[in-house]
Amino acid sequence: MTINGKAYIAGAYEHPTRLATDKSVSQLHAEVAAGALEDAGLSFKDVDGYFTAKAPGMGPVSMVEYLGLKPRHLDSTEIGGSSYIAHVSHAAQAIAEGKCNVALITLAGRPKAEGMAVVKGDFKGPENDFEIPYRPVVPNLYALSAMRHMYEFGTTSEQLAWIRVAASHHASHNPNAVMRDKVTVEDVVNSPLIADPLHRLDSCVISDGGGALVVVSPEIARSLKRPLVKVRGAGEALKHMDGGRPDMTSSGAVRSGADAFAEAGVTPQDIKCAMIYDSFTITVLISLEDLGFCKKGEGGKFVSDGNLISGVGKLPFNTDGGGLCNNHPANRGGITKVIEAVRQLRGEAHPAVQVPNCDLALAHGTGGWVSTRHGSATLIMERE
Amino acid sequence: MNMDIDASKIPSPGVEPDTAEFWAAANDGVLKIGSCNSCGEPHFYPRAICPRCGSLDVGLKEAKGTGTIYTYSVFRRTSEPYALAWVSLDEGVGMMTNIINCDLDEIRIGQEVEVVFRPSESGQAVPMFQPRGGR
Ligand SMILES: [Zn+2]
Repeated sequence: MTINGKAYIAGAYEHPTRLATDKSVSQLHAEVAAGALEDAGLSFKDVDGYFTAKAPGMGPVSMVEYLGLKPRHLDSTEIGGSSYIAHVSHAAQAIAEGKCNVALITLAGRPKAEGMAVVKGDFKGPENDFEIPYRPVVPNLYALSAMRHMYEFGTTSEQLAWIRVAASHHASHNPNAVMRDKVTVEDVVNSPLIADPLHRLDSCVISDGGGALVVVSPEIARSLKRPLVKVRGAGEALKHMDGGRPDMTSSGAVRSGADAFAEAGVTPQDIKCAMIYDSFTITVLISLEDLGFCKKGEGGKFVSDGNLISGVGKLPFNTDGGGLCNNHPANRGGITKVIEAVRQLRGEAHPAVQVPNCDLALAHGTGGWVSTRHGSATLIMERE
Repeated sequence: MNMDIDASKIPSPGVEPDTAEFWAAANDGVLKIGSCNSCGEPHFYPRAICPRCGSLDVGLKEAKGTGTIYTYSVFRRTSEPYALAWVSLDEGVGMMTNIINCDLDEIRIGQEVEVVFRPSESGQAVPMFQPRGGR
């Protein structure tokens, strides 16, 4: 069965807060849920499917009660920041099978308020004992991929910096963005090294907040007053170390991207804008290659000279400023990629970054660590 | 700077029933890797199943303790920078590690390294690597 055309994204909402000292995480879930449902023109009583990953308490068991929902379909797939992109796909599958008609997806968190700026590997997996003695933290795990990519393909810090430069151009138009100043390649490469070869400005922001999406059946979508954003295709994958034989310059996007394009029946050349999970600049570069926007190893050249800047380059990316400059709620984001893609497809992005005739957009998430192990989810959406 | 590493800096691994033999060998100064009795392929990290073929008939075999640096990163946002790395062992699988006993700015991908053991906080020895041929 395909999900192509079987579901629509009717509601999308990104919380405007970036520092939520005055709100609980559950409260943030409630506020983003209300925002997305209002955006769709629906209410809590219409929701019959609920999707979340990491959430207070026992995930959906706690959140469904807090929100007062009575869903007949549930999904708590947890693949880090890529979860929420996979949730859209799973919601479309459930809707196509008649398991629900109105699916609500929520993400919220407040790492900034809670002082969780440095995320350590507190996931007690079987791999943990063979890694924690060496003090992997998030930046040096991503840096392992960046270092190897530079070695294999000659990628440079200046090329990676162009990704941040593009994000900063977009963020300068977003009043909610954490970092709104445009930066130059020199600013990025001259910012302090955090984990060689990644600099401070190669890294995403720490922010509180969240977002929500409402995915509905075609019949319900057509009954609402919002522009129609159709789910065209999706893919997911889990990339890991393969028993000690890792390839740290490629990602799960190789599989998730190929599956999504095949289901949608389109190619990377058809995509008008791409929202790519951007924990670090290297995450974007590797994703773009693996999704097929350029050949493996040519990502550095592809992202250079403003090619990712809306109105300037061929592939506008993260037109809200992305995780690098705008928002990285709960240290994962993911959902913000779909939200900005929906804004673009509706023609509701900021006029300075709106892509003309944006009828086909892609959202892609990497959840975990690009070098060692991560979930990967790709979603292709079309304005009908 | 010639960086060795202080035990107080090394978080101790947990020891599980399916990894106890690995950690006991480490305390004896021996690096072992997972080995499958069905397909013959090595794997790392050691576990109760072969990730190559799914067989539960697995054991450990002694590794030579030599390999090359596949990738690394020096973490700078700390008072004592350290090098996280992935070392490809000569047996064909690799492992996460730290590169020690060398100038952190001289570490290179492709460099030949050899295992050394350092005590972690609890006293449990953990394998680390240094450039081959001594310091
Ligand atoms: Zn086997």
